[in-house]
Amino acid sequence: MSDAPAIRIVLPAHLRRLARIDGEVRLAVTEPVTQRSVLDALEASYPMLCGTIRDHDTKRRRAFIRFFACEEDLSREEPDVPLPDEVVAGKEPYLIVGAMAGG
Amino acid sequence: MSGVRLLVGTHKGAFVITADGKRDSWQISEPHFGGWDIYHLKGSPADPDRLYASQCSSWSGQVIQRSDDGGATWEPVGNKFSYEGTPGTHQWYDGTPHPWEFERVWHLEPSLHDPDTVYAGVEDAGLFLSEDGGENWRELPGLRGHGTGSSWQPGAGGMCLHTIIVDPQQPSRIYTAISAAGAFRSDDSGQTWRPINRGLRSEGIPDEDAEVGHCVHRIALHPSRPDVLYMQKHWDVMRSDNGGESWREISGNLPTDFGFPIDVHAHEPETIYVVPITSDSLHFPPEGKLRVYRSRTGGDEWEPLTAGLPQEHSYVNVLRDAMAVDSLDECGIYFGTTSGEVYASADSGDSWAPIASHLPAVLSVEVQTLP
Repeated sequence: MSDAPAIRIVLPAHLRRLARIDGEVRLAVTEPVTQRSVLDALEASYPMLCGTIRDHDTKRRRAFIRFFACEEDLSREEPDVPLPDEVVAGKEPYLIVGAMAGG
Repeated sequence: MSGVRLLVGTHKGAFVITADGKRDSWQISEPHFGGWDIYHLKGSPADPDRLYASQCSSWSGQVIQRSDDGGATWEPVGNKFSYEGTPGTHQWYDGTPHPWEFERVWHLEPSLHDPDTVYAGVEDAGLFLSEDGGENWRELPGLRGHGTGSSWQPGAGGMCLHTIIVDPQQPSRIYTAISAAGAFRSDDSGQTWRPINRGLRSEGIPDEDAEVGHCVHRIALHPSRPDVLYMQKHWDVMRSDNGGESWREISGNLPTDFGFPIDVHAHEPETIYVVPITSDSLHFPPEGKLRVYRSRTGGDEWEPLTAGLPQEHSYVNVLRDAMAVDSLDECGIYFGTTSGEVYASADSGDSWAPIASHLPAVLSVEVQTLP
């Protein structure tokens, strides 16, 4: 069993309802902890989220979804870049956000 | 006592509305999937408690939901819609080639006989099939690939496959309709297809009677006479008496023949209903009067049905999948508006009453007649 701290993931409200999640998700993710590995682990635990955050086949982020952590926008980062240490240590959450839209 | 269950899809969720057979007292559910576009919900004719719903949003794309208890609870099922092979291109609005891209499911059509079998009509236009209750989907590529697909072009609402009808007497025969490509028929369970648009004329395309390119809005048939098809086209109400081999116009005395839905009385195959809309640029009823028109002669001769419907200041639209009929002895007719009303008639359209108001814009209405 890994001693690595759980990665904290915050989903937008509409995806929490879809996946029937209250509050944050906490998942063990094998290192290196990257956006790809976190999202792979999230989709493995909650298959109904497949296709709602990134494309089924290309794994590209959906256009109106954003990824934030440690007050930075990681949406345009390469998916295999390691996440910040604070996220890996479980001190800060990885935020999946619905882009602001509408008036 | 028998009853009816309405399945109402809106821009911000789904609603299940129920009544007993008298249809004079209605219960409206809390919203399901609040905040999401629900393009369509439909129940299985083989198991009325098995329902399917198409849920989507700009943020998170497509989700398919399934219920096994008549809409009380739901489970998300498969949402992967991948076109078969190399998708190729269709025409974009400006006439340039545009790659086929899945956008959403417009219409779900459960099998007449198997609750686990369901068809999905999607944008960009394609037909998909699931035989495991919606868990997995595969395209029936013969429709896109029969030869005219590269010339199809989207209508203003997108290039959507919105109508799927399985012939109840000859289940290998399937009809589909696409905006703005036209109507198509398969006689081998969806493997091969051909356009069935002879007789259609559309001013918005270079060749008015071309083989494809017509913006068909909706097709309906009566199960006792499946060779007789009724069509509401962008402009023109049409009829075919030979399974779509040829069409003739039946707009007759309608105040305008633009509109979206068309439906057939449950017990009278020659009684049909449309909701005339002013024009393609004025998507509201003529003179601000919300009127359903009924023909009891299979077209050509139409009468306005106004009792209980607003006859002034009504500037709503009724979308293509937003009308349905029940099959109780006195046929019930239902439709929903873009301003969130659902109207019901328990007497074949003679009189109407709102059974829901202030819902989000209604995208679709289906009704189940329950034992």
